[in-house]
Amino acid sequence: MNRFAALFAALDGTTKTGAKTAALADYFRTAPEADRVWTIALLTGRRPRRSVSATELRLWAAEAAGIPDWLFEESYAVVGDLAETIALLLPALPTGPDLDLTLDEAIRGLGRLTGQPTELRRAAVLAAWGQMTAVERFLYNKLLTGGFRMGVAQGLLTRALAQATGVEEATLAHRLMGDWDPATTTFPALIAGDGGGNARPYPFALASQLENGPGALGPPADWLAEWKWDGIRGQLIARPGTYALWSRGEELITDRFPDLAPLADFLPAGTVIDGEILAWNTGENRPQPFAALQRRIGRKTVSKALLAEAPARFLAYDLLEDAGEDIRHLPLSHRRARMEAVIAALPPGLPVAVSPGIAFHDWDALAHTRATARAKSAEGLMLKRAASPYFAGRKRGDWWKWKLDPWTVDAVMLYAQAGHGRRANLFTDFTFGVTLWPGPQGPRRTGVRDRVRRNTGQPSAQVRHRAALSAHAALAA
Amino acid sequence: MASPVLTFTDHGIFCPAGDFHIDPWRPVPRALVTHGHSDHARPGMGSYLVSDQALPVIRRRLGPITADAIPFGQSRQIGGATVSFHPAGHVPGSAQIKVTVAGETWVVSGDYKTEPDGLAEPYEPVRCHTFISECTFGLPVFRWEPQPKVMARIAEWWAANAAAGKLSILGAYSFGKAQRLLAGLSPQGPILTHAAVEDMTQVLRDQGYPLPPTTRVTPDITGRSHPGALVIAPPSALGSAWASRLGPTEEAFVSGWMAVRGIRRRRALGTGFVLSDHADWPGLNDAIAATGAERIFVTHGYTTPFRRWLETQGYDAGIVETRFTGDDAEAVE
Ligand SMILES: [Zn+2]
Ligand SMILES: [Zn+2]
Repeated sequence: MNRFAALFAALDGTTKTGAKTAALADYFRTAPEADRVWTIALLTGRRPRRSVSATELRLWAAEAAGIPDWLFEESYAVVGDLAETIALLLPALPTGPDLDLTLDEAIRGLGRLTGQPTELRRAAVLAAWGQMTAVERFLYNKLLTGGFRMGVAQGLLTRALAQATGVEEATLAHRLMGDWDPATTTFPALIAGDGGGNARPYPFALASQLENGPGALGPPADWLAEWKWDGIRGQLIARPGTYALWSRGEELITDRFPDLAPLADFLPAGTVIDGEILAWNTGENRPQPFAALQRRIGRKTVSKALLAEAPARFLAYDLLEDAGEDIRHLPLSHRRARMEAVIAALPPGLPVAVSPGIAFHDWDALAHTRATARAKSAEGLMLKRAASPYFAGRKRGDWWKWKLDPWTVDAVMLYAQAGHGRRANLFTDFTFGVTLWPGPQGPRRTGVRDRVRRNTGQPSAQVRHRAALSAHAALAA
Repeated sequence: MASPVLTFTDHGIFCPAGDFHIDPWRPVPRALVTHGHSDHARPGMGSYLVSDQALPVIRRRLGPITADAIPFGQSRQIGGATVSFHPAGHVPGSAQIKVTVAGETWVVSGDYKTEPDGLAEPYEPVRCHTFISECTFGLPVFRWEPQPKVMARIAEWWAANAAAGKLSILGAYSFGKAQRLLAGLSPQGPILTHAAVEDMTQVLRDQGYPLPPTTRVTPDITGRSHPGALVIAPPSALGSAWASRLGPTEEAFVSGWMAVRGIRRRRALGTGFVLSDHADWPGLNDAIAATGAERIFVTHGYTTPFRRWLETQGYDAGIVETRFTGDDAEAVE
């Protein structure tokens, strides 16, 4: 794992995007091919299956380090990360031969441990630790415990890969999507786009926050407006023999929404739609609040009662694939017209509809419409340039979200409490005082800012920002 | 029952038989001081007794004081107590202080480091009945790599930055760490120093410590006038206007705290190198064993778990509270 450890050190040692990209690109040119595939898998959130529990790891590490459990826990509390605690606690290496497993060998070795007796797994993990440097141990432990974070955004990964392979970024972003298995996919196959299978989604196009209103966007006629719904962004895929529903986080959520499954029988094969999954209020024919959908998200299987209380409906925003043809490069106005035709051709009664467009002639009129978003159970508006392609990821300029301003409240922060473990550097819990009957001056603000700084050691702006977030969360609950 | 050799008061460690304090934090008539760091050498004492090698730095930092110095290893009678100073290996001149009263010996470690660094007088174990040990890094996650390895890594970093046309700025405490770096790195280009570092370096150089030539950063000095230079500055200078004026640079913080990613993140320490002037976990354990002491008091650092650990190892262990606790103590070296 020398090579992988060196990559990690390079990424970890800098906050500069350029340096990170260069380090990754170099790795994708020179590391063993199988290791490149695993690295892409890890950086895109695909984890090897766990073959050892966190409890076992703690126990074996404490034994190997020759310390009692309570001292292990004291150390963990200071370090805040299990993989790192173990890497630091283990005694230094005897300067013996370095076997240098490749990343591929290390992960396959872990895979073989699944289901083996405890003694065998213990011996294998201890032996691996014994051959590794501290950084390698840390990374190996991360493989064991899952939860890999290397501070590499998706865009940075595809950029580096594009530099190393000469394949265009947007194309690569698409090829890395979907349900490919790093254990059986080769690097050339992944880069050539043979890895994702039939259910592979397209990278989601993302909108940027519109901060100062639409005045500077140019002629209103160039733009399409629609509601910004407060549900789960999803991509519905109907291809020959395949029906799949993906969340924006690239999670396959087909089985969580059995009530959308009838779409599989009626959508023409070779159709991919981007839209919003909402819990629907059938009586009033409008979305239910997000909280209703939230009750369904965490569950693998949904009860009949919940299906009846919070039935899912898919509101379609965009058509990405039509009759098996990738049409993302066509203008939005054109894609939308084709989408309307596809959905109009479906039999009535299916849980799908086109998310309605909002006609407007000038920005002022649109601002008035936006002000009614809450009554529509929407968060605000989306503005999309009519001529825009469906781009991969976030590209400033063509797609904007124009959200309603959140409710505000004047409150005084009384306490801020630091988090634990990996959140130890953040204030996670706040207590606020709110004046129910404000006097003539409203809540007293004098000295609050100074007190924040003195009590938390953080600039008050940062604390106030987090405080504002949690105040909103508290009020929304 | 006779009173103990040393007691713990709200002014610091006190010796009733000799009527003196060790590293007191409030003004007292007579202070024995282990070394020149500001959490040990406080102003306002009636008189000071320090090691020969520690005196120039302490004078420089505290201004006009009444002070006397004593060579390492030499004994002196103070009232009913016999005292002597022994190298602690922490920074140049740093001492452990041995106090014997009526045949019973206690040692106050001050800050110490067991690995020789090529500059500070190397740590010497001192046999005693009771040992008062610092434990800044008293958790088993703290294990230092040998100094030559770390120095080699810093040298590599310096060379890479120089090749990229950048200055290398190391953030290091201006007394101790800064000079340890100067002595441990073989020169591969000009070495520049922040005024606070240069001050201390000059004091030690005048004492005869082997330190390479350095140039104090003045307004006319930049990366253009000194391409490929290494700059040594106090940690507070990292990311400051003082640093950005120098042109394109890379910065790194040098400290034992760099060993833990979470601590680095929590204190926003950026990137850097793990090099400490304090004993690591094996160092603390070895040093304590080498004293032969049966009773250990711990201070400065992770005192609660470290005391509990020592009890499991069969020591009679206690904690000495200091005024410098928690993050304050962790921030100083
Ligand atoms: Zn100290
Ligand atoms: Zn010190």
